[in-house]
Amino acid sequence: MNFQTTIGLEVHVELKTNSKIYSPSPVEYGDQPNANTNVIDWGYPGVLPSLNKGVVRDGIMAGLALHAQIAHHMHFDRKNYFYPDNPKAYQITQSDTPIAHDGWIEIEVNGKKKKIGIKEMHIEEDAGKNTHTSKYSYVDLNRQGTPLIEIVSKPDIASPEEAVAYLEALRQRIQFTGISDVKMEEGSMRVDTNISIRPIGSDKFGTKTEMKNINSFNYVRKALAFEEKRHQKVLMAGGHIGQETRRYDEATGETILMRTKEGSDDYRYFPEPDLPPVNVSDEWISEIESEMPEMPGERREHYVKDLGLTDYDAMVLTQTKEMSDFFEEAVKDGGDPKRVANYLMNDVNSYLNDKQVDLQDTKLTPANLAGMVKLIEDGTISSKMAKKVFKGILDGEEPNAYAKEHGLVQLSDPAQLQPIVDEVLDNNEQSIEDFKNGKDRAVGYLMGQIMKQTRGKANPQVVTQLLMKSLKAK
Amino acid sequence: MDFYQTSLSQLHDDLVNKKISATELTKEAFDHIKGNEDQVKAFISLNEDQALKRAAEIDAKGISADQLTAGVPLAVKDNILTKGLTTTAASKMLENFNPVYDATVVEKLNAADYINVGKTNLDEFAMGSSTENSAFFTTHNPWDLTRVPGGSSGGSAAAVAAGDVLGALGTDTGGSIRMPASFNGVVGMKPTYGRVSRWGIIAFGSSFDQVGWLTQNVKDNALLTALISGNDERDMTSSLKEVPDWAAQLNENTNVKGLRIAVPKEYFDGLDEDVQEVIKAALDHLESLGAIIDEVSLPHTKYGVPAYYILASSEASSNLQRYDGIRYGFRAADVKNLEDVYVRSRSEGFGEEVKRRIMLGTFSLSAGFYDAYFNKAAKVRRLIAQDFEDVFKDHDVIVGATGASTAFKIGAEIDDPQTMYMNDVLTVPVNMAGLPAMSIPAGFSAKNGMPVGLQIIGKAFDEQTVYNTGYVFEQTTDFHKKTPQLGGQN
Repeated sequence: MNFQTTIGLEVHVELKTNSKIYSPSPVEYGDQPNANTNVIDWGYPGVLPSLNKGVVRDGIMAGLALHAQIAHHMHFDRKNYFYPDNPKAYQITQSDTPIAHDGWIEIEVNGKKKKIGIKEMHIEEDAGKNTHTSKYSYVDLNRQGTPLIEIVSKPDIASPEEAVAYLEALRQRIQFTGISDVKMEEGSMRVDTNISIRPIGSDKFGTKTEMKNINSFNYVRKALAFEEKRHQKVLMAGGHIGQETRRYDEATGETILMRTKEGSDDYRYFPEPDLPPVNVSDEWISEIESEMPEMPGERREHYVKDLGLTDYDAMVLTQTKEMSDFFEEAVKDGGDPKRVANYLMNDVNSYLNDKQVDLQDTKLTPANLAGMVKLIEDGTISSKMAKKVFKGILDGEEPNAYAKEHGLVQLSDPAQLQPIVDEVLDNNEQSIEDFKNGKDRAVGYLMGQIMKQTRGKANPQVVTQLLMKSLKAK
Repeated sequence: MDFYQTSLSQLHDDLVNKKISATELTKEAFDHIKGNEDQVKAFISLNEDQALKRAAEIDAKGISADQLTAGVPLAVKDNILTKGLTTTAASKMLENFNPVYDATVVEKLNAADYINVGKTNLDEFAMGSSTENSAFFTTHNPWDLTRVPGGSSGGSAAAVAAGDVLGALGTDTGGSIRMPASFNGVVGMKPTYGRVSRWGIIAFGSSFDQVGWLTQNVKDNALLTALISGNDERDMTSSLKEVPDWAAQLNENTNVKGLRIAVPKEYFDGLDEDVQEVIKAALDHLESLGAIIDEVSLPHTKYGVPAYYILASSEASSNLQRYDGIRYGFRAADVKNLEDVYVRSRSEGFGEEVKRRIMLGTFSLSAGFYDAYFNKAAKVRRLIAQDFEDVFKDHDVIVGATGASTAFKIGAEIDDPQTMYMNDVLTVPVNMAGLPAMSIPAGFSAKNGMPVGLQIIGKAFDEQTVYNTGYVFEQTTDFHKKTPQLGGQN
């Protein structure tokens, strides 16, 4: 029997607002436990939430970035459940009136393009964090109230590869809006998955199994692939798939049963009485739309059409907003697009991989990269020298000054080079003879001698010109 | 001294003119309280040391003419957070709870240099109509100590009725200010929902809860209510509307001539005969003063109580989940695991009525029942609000009884929740619609001599007309001048 796979993804994205969604506490990481909390975050008696308008704005921007319909009227709902990291024992979220619905993003897998639908998006608050030792359990509420957007896909994803392509496209688009860092490793993007399979042609979905908080795209793919196979094996053997939550074990590459779900959890949702409904005007939506940074697709088109890059280069450069912004800035500063692109894709990327840092955390600036590229373009430095200058600009050095200081400047002045050419020719009568007899090798030898004389600093192009002219004159 | 034969303005003048100091006044207030507290039991905690210290500070810096409440002793219901002063909500759950911040209303009173004499008793978490649901003790009605003071602001109403203070803060979710005001023969105003900030009020039914005053007279009420009203950025449901100087309109020229008073016929359904007599006489009196009395219908009134108990309990079931034994409040002893902390702390920390409402609310919100209960009740709420809107199209105020009966005997209804809930039949519709309403002394029962309250309901944010009507009635009658003879028969 052949099966078709249906995958659903729920993605939580943490917003980069200054303060929390319902309290004025700062959103900061790495501080002392409970340092960034107040009575609201503690769920103290008598406290009331105040909605951070910036979160609604960011939610609308995310909705627009994902081609979704923005709700003009929305309210908040309480989702009730007890847990120590959830001090009010309810989460203020959106159930009835999501901030945005019916969006889509385009993915490409094996050269085939496909639109994946987005069912809805909610704005809500994050919970705190529990940690356990053998003796005690600790609750840190610093994260409590951090604004989140939850993005729920439609059942359009048909393979683990499509799931990862969807996540990559989603991350990229959200990242380009600037509302979130969307980093899996830091928890600012979190992925819950569900998967089911059914015989091809069947109109009834199979039973779903869920996996929560898988912490890299690679593991998402592996976990879903494992589950897909497991479902197939069980069904082929005549068994049945239970509705359960499973965990992906990175060490074994297998999924492990966490708990079975009997019926669905009852969160007793009801409208949040402490927050009045929010009305969103068309004007506000337009205003946010006008503030929306250019999306990766539009940027790629511009790079290929106007800047002469290949599709591949354009794709690599728009992987992250930082890289893309850096590229555009360097081009604006006068760097040749192709050369800037090559540097970013090769030398810069391998440096970042090597050091495991992000572009924005280095001392490299677009102006300095552009400056170096210009030095190469106008022949001031050779590509060999550029390797050294590159090290300098990675340390924040200004390329011109650095090159001069370290003697990394090509001799390009014919008036300076001609006497050296003449001298080398005078000392190599035999090579001139060889040249006249048609042995091109002689030119290479003479070039080498000139480079040796100038300790590698001569501009090869200028030297070639001068040498050929002099040889022909002999 | 007691606070019967004075007023806020009078006291203020005496303080400004140094006829009496804040310290003397505070001392006298405590003397009076201590003289009757054994019988009445209006207070969960008395704040004598702090109050005297505060009075001394206020005396030292002097009281200026524009500080109306400076040096004036007032009381605060014990579900309103007072920084550094235990706030229990009359629950074992918060028996030793010492807040780290002040409610907005308390902040405003502090800024106005009031003297907080203590925290008054209530039904646990404001759930009840008699203070019998207090985890600590029942407050007694100063007019007849064998009777309840009503609830849930029973301690505040009894404190005012006993002459302990000139005014006491209450909260009103389904009648908890007006009903005890009626039972104790004092003035109780629930302002429009959104008029007063709920920041720092221990939440019961968030979309109903509103803070207000129980006072000796209408003008004091208008003055004190203005002091605590206004927008608060910490409460997004608080209104941006400006707060009028209601008291400025209350003078010898205030009248009810041509005032269009609607009297809902449903508000006479099930009214005790003695109450009915008093209310009819009150309406006749208003008519004799030139008001136009018009019988109207509020057809959905009878659905008010069941719908209210579903909605308010649903909100309560969620609001009270934070009392989980983890961060503050009561935690059961010898707990084994997390579930044990939750289940036992809540089972042991909450009283019967609170648990009953948590169960009712939880049930109403559960999957499969939500539409039949919560949603249906929410529809009823809209219909009730619509009833009021229709009547207010051509009427200025709605007037009727506050309660169907006078104060009942302690213990008479406590084992019969349904009968107890029906005490709220005339007050809950107002909370459902978020309107302002005040109960004022309208007379006394011919049967038992207990006070009867007249409820005046206004349009949203039209507290002025409510105050005007109440003021005229009060100034042309003597009911408010009668005071209980503690311990004796009236």
